[in-house]
Amino acid sequence: MKKDSKTVSTRHSQHKLLQKQPVTDTAFLLAITILLFFTIYALSIIFLGDKGFSKIQMFFNLFNENAALIVIACGLSVVMITGSIDISVGGSTALICTSCIVCLNKHGFNFFTTLLLALLIGLIFGAVQGFLIAYLEMQPFIVTLAGMFLGRGLVALIEVNQIQVDNAAFEALSGSRILIPFLGDVNKKGIFIQSKLEYGVVVALVIVGIMFWFLKKTKLGRSFYAVGGNAQSALMLGINVKRTKFLAHLLCGLLAGIGGFLYLFHTRSGSVQQATGLEMDAIAASIIGGTLLTGGVGNIIGTLFGVLASGIVLLVVTAIGSQDPWWPQITRAAMLCFFILLQSIICSRKKKQD
Amino acid sequence: MQKKVLKMRGIYKSFPGVKALQNVDFTLHEGEIHALMGENGAGKSTLIKVLTGVYTKDAGEVYIDEADRPVHIKSPQEAQKHGISTVYQEITLCPNLTVAENLFIGRTDELFVNWKKNNQLAETILKSLGIPAKPAQQLSSCSIAVQQMVAIARAVDMECKVLILDEPTSSLDDQEVLKLFDLMRELKARNVGIIFVTHFLEQVYALCDKITVLRNGELVGEYLIKDLPKIELVAKMMGKELGDLANIHNNAREEALSKSEAVIEATALSSSSGIRPFDFTAYKGEVTGFAGLLGSGRSECVRAIFGADRVTKGRLKIKGETVAISSPIKAMRKGVGYLSEDRKRDGIIGDLSIRDNIILALQVMNGFFKPFTKAQAQAFAEEYIRLLGIKTASADTPISSLSGGNQQKVILARWLLTHPDYLILDEPTRGIDIGTKVEIQKLVLKLASEGMSITFISSEIEEMLRTCSRLIIMRDLYVVGELTGDDLSQDRIMYTIAGGENQNVKKQ
Repeated sequence: MKKDSKTVSTRHSQHKLLQKQPVTDTAFLLAITILLFFTIYALSIIFLGDKGFSKIQMFFNLFNENAALIVIACGLSVVMITGSIDISVGGSTALICTSCIVCLNKHGFNFFTTLLLALLIGLIFGAVQGFLIAYLEMQPFIVTLAGMFLGRGLVALIEVNQIQVDNAAFEALSGSRILIPFLGDVNKKGIFIQSKLEYGVVVALVIVGIMFWFLKKTKLGRSFYAVGGNAQSALMLGINVKRTKFLAHLLCGLLAGIGGFLYLFHTRSGSVQQATGLEMDAIAASIIGGTLLTGGVGNIIGTLFGVLASGIVLLVVTAIGSQDPWWPQITRAAMLCFFILLQSIICSRKKKQD
Repeated sequence: MQKKVLKMRGIYKSFPGVKALQNVDFTLHEGEIHALMGENGAGKSTLIKVLTGVYTKDAGEVYIDEADRPVHIKSPQEAQKHGISTVYQEITLCPNLTVAENLFIGRTDELFVNWKKNNQLAETILKSLGIPAKPAQQLSSCSIAVQQMVAIARAVDMECKVLILDEPTSSLDDQEVLKLFDLMRELKARNVGIIFVTHFLEQVYALCDKITVLRNGELVGEYLIKDLPKIELVAKMMGKELGDLANIHNNAREEALSKSEAVIEATALSSSSGIRPFDFTAYKGEVTGFAGLLGSGRSECVRAIFGADRVTKGRLKIKGETVAISSPIKAMRKGVGYLSEDRKRDGIIGDLSIRDNIILALQVMNGFFKPFTKAQAQAFAEEYIRLLGIKTASADTPISSLSGGNQQKVILARWLLTHPDYLILDEPTRGIDIGTKVEIQKLVLKLASEGMSITFISSEIEEMLRTCSRLIIMRDLYVVGELTGDDLSQDRIMYTIAGGENQNVKKQ
């Protein structure tokens, strides 16, 4: 009998160990975001089904339109978890698009050299800004604000007008779609059309998966959380705080490079005003997904759903019939307020517990 | 004889203008809990910081494990390599990570985190030390005591031979302190040498084997706990010999004191700062004082009366009227003033002029929508600059350019301008020159003779004896006695601090 109870208890404790992280406030915020996304989606199918929301393609379009933003928001989440910020990603995206198009059209770049150029631009932005912020201890907001201006300025320096990709091979690749087996919609003529997914979405989802694993399972990923939670403590715990901050910005730059390339891949055009406010969309998505601006808390899955939730809200508001550009903005403002309020309530509740 | 794990010899350290440590020796054996005691500025923290490599020593030698060659420790990381770990008063862990992560993060070179292995290891460590926490629990969801213990567990797991606990108990409640003590005894049994820095005398006598006393940067001595009664410890910390009766108190004031009108009556008052419920009455025209060692709860008592800490229990009457003081402004409206202990942090507003600093409290009471005219403000400022003899070119000078003593006078003027019935002066004479000190003491007596009730707190016993007619004695957050008249002497104060009965305990 005794033996039995012992095995039971060890099994019990093993079971406990399997639940790696208990339900925390982070998990609560994440749950709310996911719930919000599905609620809005369900409601829009019920009430706006005739406007296209009941179509399966609509679901895939949500990803098609937001693939670049998902990747860029992942980068933002990383720097925000580390307690920093990067508002240069919109500028660097515009720079990547225009410079890549110029190289594609005039300098005989192919798909891979263009990709390399995009990554290089992203990494340079990340490395320089990361160096200034981590090692010279400059304010991240100011440094990346300068980065944002620099990006846009360089675009205008390269090409003032809006330009399009004029490269047959690239266009063919960018125009190709994955056909989803067995899923699709019947159109007005009664013909079944298979749902289409862009290749960029696959890249974005793979990156979400990698980042999720990275933040949870690697020493560097955990160091991001430690530094964002309390930089002074992290230092005392033996973490190289400066290097960690630098690497967070470098990683954000890399992801901005990939995101910028996906943006180009999707739009095939470039202009000075391109991707204006993209950095703010990414920050908003991270916050809606449960990342705290103060650092130390955040989840990549939340960020994914943050992008999707704000994406669907925009679609719904547009579908309701308001062509005015301000309604989507006002709705998003309301969403952000709601989530920040929620976060501050949770934070203050926590403080009281302490 | 047990092995010496740490030997410090002839340590010197000075900062500009201050000799922080002079020829200090310290020895720690394995399996020993060794209290490091001393009042403010005695050099405890400096010694700890020299040992952990935060400061570099000017001279002296540190030996570890009875080695022949001294070691040179340049950073906390190096100290850890030598087996010296420190757990600070403020917890230096990451609250957003799990308990297990806090135990292991930053200690390995592995690129990947094995959650399962870490959690199992953490479970073993936590169990062996009896720490009630789950490995996968987020640290911020643990109580402060458990967080403190996790910090200790981390230190212990790093194979430390010397564990420094720098005031680990100051933010814990009684139950939590007992748990921490159990953990410390467990570590002692494992032959870890523990240096325990604390202000709580009871804790030292409950737990420690030896005491090293420092005073003004010099070593007073090392004693076995059984050889040093509390009263002698107090005397050694304060630097007074017993039976030193050179101080003769002037009792003249007391007869003049009419105990007719109580300005402040506190009954079983306690606050969020952890102060134990205390009773206190202050009469019109009386100078009272709270005496005790640093951290004994002197300031916490008056902060509770002023509403600077959240009052949790008890009743407060001001001039016979029961009041609920939830914030300082309410206390100010009832005629209470509080000159805070930390002038730089809680007192002066450095960039504002003397004039603006003086009218601040009165302006707050009147409300910001009814600002004083510049002429009014100037008149107030000039009146008090003259009255208190503040040495300044004009009332427009920023307060930060004044000397400490003059800054203190400006803050005093700020409170006098509100014409309080009850004025609390918390360490008004710290860090100011002797001349100004005497002026402030005289001013206190003058104000009292004009009918104001004043509470005066100071670390200098002589100063308290000169100004106060009644002293409330505190130890370890308890009120342990009240002295008046002939009892007001250094000896009596020290005896009471060391061994007096608890007012609060008696009642329970």
